[in-house]
Amino acid sequence: MTVVIQLLVLLPLLGFAVTLLIPQKQEKLIARNTVLFIILHFLTLCVLGFFWVKNGFEVINLKEITLFKSVGYEFYIDFYFDEASFVYLFLGAFICFLISQYSRYYMHREEGYKRFFSTFLFFYSGLTIVVSAGNLETLFIGWEILGISSFLLIAFYRNRYLPVKNAVKVFSVYRIGDVGIILAMWLSHHLWHENISFIKLNNYEIVHEHLAQHSWIGVGISLLLLLSAMAKSAIFPFSSWLPRAMEGPTPSSAVFYGSLSVHIGAFLLLRTYHFWEHQVSMRVVVIIFGLLTAILATLSARVQSNIKSQIAYSSLAQIGLIFIEIALGLEILALVHIAGNAFLRTYQLLISPSTVTYKIREQFFHFQPREKTIEDSWPKRLEYTLYILSLKEWNLDNMQYKYLWNPAKQLGSKLSFLSKPFFIGLAVLIFLSGLVLHFFEDKVPVNVIRNIPLLFAAIGLLFVLKSFTERKNVFLSWWLIVFNHCWIALAVSYNEHFGFTHHIWYLGGVLVAGFFGFWILMRLKKKERKVSLDQFYGYSYEYKRYNIAFLLAGLVLAGFPISPTFIGEDLVFSHIHEDQFLLAFCVSLSLIIDGLALIRIYSRVFLGPFIKTYDGIVKRNA
Amino acid sequence: MIGNKQGFDLDHLVHELKHYLPSQAPLKDFIHHNTLHAFQGDPFHTALVKANRIFGYKTYLNFGDYQQMFHDNKISREVLEKVIRTKKGEENMTYWLSRLFEARELNYTAPRIGSLRECWKEKYKFDLDVRVHPFLFRLLASYLDQGVSVWNFPGNSKDFMKSLRDLEKKSLIGLLKSPRAKKLLLTPKLQIEKLLEILVGDESLFETYTFDQQFAHPGWSGIVSVIEDNPGTLLDKRSLSLVDLIKIELLMEIDALDTHFGEIWAPLGSKVKVKPPQLFSPVRMTKNDELKEIWQEAYEWSYYDQVICALKNQEKNKSVPAERQFQALFCIDDRECSIRRYIEQTVPGCETFSTAGHFNVEFYYQPEHGKFFTKVCPAPLTPKFLVQEKENKSKKKRDFHFNRRSHSLVTGWFLTHTIGLWSGIRLALSIFKPQMNAATSSSSLHMDPAASLTIENKDPNHTVNGLQVGFTVTEMTDRVEGLLKSIGLVTDFAPIVYAIGHGSTSVNNTHYAGYDCGACSGRPGSVNARTACFMANHPEVRKGLAERGIQIPDSTQFVGALHDTSRDEITYFDTAVLHESNKALHLKNVQAIEIALDKNAKERSRRFESISSNADAKKVHRKVKTRSVSLFEPRPELNHATNALTIVGRRSFTRQIFLDRRAFLNSFDYRVDPEGKYLLGILHAVAPVCGGINLEYYFSRVDNHNLGAGTKLPHNVMGLLGVANGTDGDLRTGLPQQMIEVHDPVRLLVIVEHFPEIVLRTIKTNPQTYNWFEKNWVKLVACNPETNEFFEFRDGKFLPYETVQDYTETVSDPEKLIMQHEDNLPVFYLKQNSL
Repeated sequence: MTVVIQLLVLLPLLGFAVTLLIPQKQEKLIARNTVLFIILHFLTLCVLGFFWVKNGFEVINLKEITLFKSVGYEFYIDFYFDEASFVYLFLGAFICFLISQYSRYYMHREEGYKRFFSTFLFFYSGLTIVVSAGNLETLFIGWEILGISSFLLIAFYRNRYLPVKNAVKVFSVYRIGDVGIILAMWLSHHLWHENISFIKLNNYEIVHEHLAQHSWIGVGISLLLLLSAMAKSAIFPFSSWLPRAMEGPTPSSAVFYGSLSVHIGAFLLLRTYHFWEHQVSMRVVVIIFGLLTAILATLSARVQSNIKSQIAYSSLAQIGLIFIEIALGLEILALVHIAGNAFLRTYQLLISPSTVTYKIREQFFHFQPREKTIEDSWPKRLEYTLYILSLKEWNLDNMQYKYLWNPAKQLGSKLSFLSKPFFIGLAVLIFLSGLVLHFFEDKVPVNVIRNIPLLFAAIGLLFVLKSFTERKNVFLSWWLIVFNHCWIALAVSYNEHFGFTHHIWYLGGVLVAGFFGFWILMRLKKKERKVSLDQFYGYSYEYKRYNIAFLLAGLVLAGFPISPTFIGEDLVFSHIHEDQFLLAFCVSLSLIIDGLALIRIYSRVFLGPFIKTYDGIVKRNA
Repeated sequence: MIGNKQGFDLDHLVHELKHYLPSQAPLKDFIHHNTLHAFQGDPFHTALVKANRIFGYKTYLNFGDYQQMFHDNKISREVLEKVIRTKKGEENMTYWLSRLFEARELNYTAPRIGSLRECWKEKYKFDLDVRVHPFLFRLLASYLDQGVSVWNFPGNSKDFMKSLRDLEKKSLIGLLKSPRAKKLLLTPKLQIEKLLEILVGDESLFETYTFDQQFAHPGWSGIVSVIEDNPGTLLDKRSLSLVDLIKIELLMEIDALDTHFGEIWAPLGSKVKVKPPQLFSPVRMTKNDELKEIWQEAYEWSYYDQVICALKNQEKNKSVPAERQFQALFCIDDRECSIRRYIEQTVPGCETFSTAGHFNVEFYYQPEHGKFFTKVCPAPLTPKFLVQEKENKSKKKRDFHFNRRSHSLVTGWFLTHTIGLWSGIRLALSIFKPQMNAATSSSSLHMDPAASLTIENKDPNHTVNGLQVGFTVTEMTDRVEGLLKSIGLVTDFAPIVYAIGHGSTSVNNTHYAGYDCGACSGRPGSVNARTACFMANHPEVRKGLAERGIQIPDSTQFVGALHDTSRDEITYFDTAVLHESNKALHLKNVQAIEIALDKNAKERSRRFESISSNADAKKVHRKVKTRSVSLFEPRPELNHATNALTIVGRRSFTRQIFLDRRAFLNSFDYRVDPEGKYLLGILHAVAPVCGGINLEYYFSRVDNHNLGAGTKLPHNVMGLLGVANGTDGDLRTGLPQQMIEVHDPVRLLVIVEHFPEIVLRTIKTNPQTYNWFEKNWVKLVACNPETNEFFEFRDGKFLPYETVQDYTETVSDPEKLIMQHEDNLPVFYLKQNSL
């Protein structure tokens, strides 16, 4: 059984790795490799499914390996399978198999054929990890993979403006979801004093016992998980990203935003259902958001005049209903609903170009001038108002800017002094004195020590805000991020138990990636002279290797689960005390903005319309 | 021209805008045309440079591409030298040669268009387009939408501005935000000048500003302009004008600026220190432009020369089969080039012809239960006739996946739980067992072969909507006479004469109209073929024809048919009318043609990656058919890609030459038409139709970003009108990458088999036609049919043409050669095992 589970998780990753090794020109080999690994994965899944059925649908749990262990902290990989996992796994395997087969021909001769299939497999790996994860930490690994592969797929046409812009937009929303999980991990660590596995979460007595003492933590965890689920499933108020994610080739839109990716939020709720099912308030909140989404998305779907947005919103309306079903405890119904919705929308998206032929023909033979709709019977004022609101997608897109990104930018622009040498010197000085102070901790009054972490984390936050809003200097922006990690490390080191090894885990990757990324930027600057954040440069058009290398460096720096920094991040959080809410907030906000700033640097330098126009000018709205 | 100092003239501006905007119709009426039609007043190369400087279009291949082709022997050194010699003189040969090979691609300097509006970003640090475009496109798409949205644009039966005002007035929130913009929108007679005054201030900049603004989204502006000029192109009519669009866009810009800065921002004109250049002021040619011109001509003539050499040096084989088994008329379409070759090869006793695929009958067609009429003749014609389909018993397939109710909340809930799972199975089937279904755009749906058509008119008063239903005997006779004389088929009729129209079958293809017959306005040619044959079989018409000198024996019968070019299938119509003897003959012919179709499919498959061409022809043909209905296949066929030639002449002129499906062939016999009367008609159609196709392919190929539609894989259907990338993009005009990637961007070479003086006189008769040749948008060569000398049309004269190449290879096993190569093949002689 252990081997089967290991295979199940590793096969897609292995497939991904093999794809990377195949030369770009070998279209057939790339596609065959993808299909082969998905089939192998499917067969493994069938074996596991067989055991599961044979054992009377008993939940399967496997504690895999411990990646890091120290006093009071253990980071381990854990797998867990129940009916929700199996529905998602089978659904994923089936749809991904079909879509990979589909794309094999569809993507022929497309620039980035290999990139498509490798990202596809990477996504598939992430999906597998999420749905078979046995604890939040494992789930988070998959969760991050989903995020970054979504970014890459939306920005598949990386030398056009809109795909890149929308990919960044979607990534930003995902990032909010990520922080929901990070904070939920932080809180649950303090609730259970261990990295709790889902199998324990399902144990009513344990949960009940802990929650009885810390009911607010329970509510907090639930709400944070809900936040993540909402971001990932485009639930109100995050809905507007979904139609904008339809920038990649149609099959990838179909498989990710029509079906698999967008239902992952629902999965998170299903997975943690036993944790929050006794919290009436949480269930009410889920129902409210589900209902709101269902209604608003339906209205938006009704006014969409382009086919992909229409399908996106009608899919979303069903996801709203799915959330309600989950909150009502109708798990099986929800699972059937998820499968049905996934199939229906995938197929609808795939045949969407045929709509022209079909509908024009239908119109030719059955035309009625202006068909009456239900809205025609409403009072005009209501009809018109709702129409405009639906057309404007309830201003959700603008609101994100208005309340989230613009304030951050405004704040950042007030921080321009940070780039002055004086302040940089001052910051270094404070940092060094912070280090020195650390050794004489005993001599400092406790009150002061208590607040020092917050102070340092706040400075770090300012740094990263500045980095995020820096308009020109890419090097400054880059180093500020690296520096931010150092501030966080310093801040946390004032909390007990965060020792030297912890620092290595956390900062090791950061520093290596920091210097590596800097080196690439320098090389690029030497060759092209113009490397800045003031516009999109699109250097991936010519510098394909730099592009990949820099992306990797950025991912490490963002705490992506390919380097020890990822575990370090979790470590950091486990050392923030449950009463240091502000500190947790500062650090998590830093991490969100960190990721955003990195993606911003990467996009501006390597993605978007290429500044050299010898192959033609690419219009921004093309 | 733009920028006259006499103040702002709106009518003039709108006229100019419409001239330069893309004139691509909504998808259902997609017809190929010269993408740079606006520049057609200029000679080709001048126009290309102008279009580049003014609008930033890329109009040639890169130097690197040309140099690579030189190394691959696709551009011949001799031809290159000849071009330099003609253009620059022998003495400068070495200079130009070295420049040609040294040349490296420069980045384009920023085009003139857009430079004024760029100031919003530079001077105001404000990205106006990002604020305005998405919602503007959304409004336009929703208003124009032909049937995607469930909930219609409120009041879309009114004109655009009225509907918008209504929405603004009667809703609680309104469309715009700033009070000033809101008030302006509701001003009854809102003047564009007033809005420009607020935004730009300086009157001398008004025109440039508007041009900049509209060319920031040429796709949407273009379609608005087309719909304004031709409202009938939408089945569900809308009324909006380019002026409305400019107005609302200006309003939205004011709104965005007001919301951001408050009402205190200064107009753009006040911040512009240096006035932008006049858009259409003269353009300076650079050395690089001259180099590009030389490379392009060398590239073109390297191919042309091969063709002319082959035509010139062929052994005249005058022998025509004594006993003709059948004759077949095809469309001039380049896709019919190879099927003719295979039919002739399979049935030595047959003779093929080609003519524009509407077979000289022009009318509107109304299928049974159709609520509208469809034009089935070349786009510029306006027919006075209507042909109706009666007794169509076929059932239209339906598919709930397109049903609007699947998008509603409650029905959607039921559907996902029930049929949603069925979709999974459908998905699997569509991948492993592709079949024709409701999503398919099939040429066979155009007309039910079992239905009847109202072709003959016995009472001229029988009209519908001002159109005469059917043709009278005289009208029919005129058309048949014109058809037969123009192709030179006036004697030696075979027992069966097929008239074979063409159409195409594809799925998931938004540009499906571009795959059908261009001469039938982007519809399949089945109704025309059937109609023409009915006329030619009509006893009264035969009588009339005899009076006009065309004796068709009673034993000869015409049979209409439709060739599906993506599936390589031929459907025959009205075979029940055949005499007993002809029936047997027909069956024999059908079998032979079937073999030819298999072979044709096999030849086509050489360019298809997913099909191995080495298999048995029948097997390959089956795969080709499956391909045409596969959802995942973005290239059901390659359409007109690689087209480069039009040859107007007898079949004997081209019969033994392998032209690799690159030629539009138009049958014409100079002996039947010594004065060039029919030739005029042919060239009048060939220049805009074939030339239009060719140039659309040319420009979509060299600048797929701006003049083409980019890759079709992420395309999203907007309101059934057009496609865009994603949800917020501009409409994409031109051809998608999948249609043009194998195309060689060379201009069309028209070769006419007639005396040069007659050809010259003929083209000069019609100024429009003459313009195409005079300004070199298509190249023209005449062949004196008696002396076999070739003449190149240059600078208004025919000059003798000496070929550079003097030998053309003969290939004994063409099939082998064809199957082994994916790229374009050279011109060669086919070994005549028959004849």
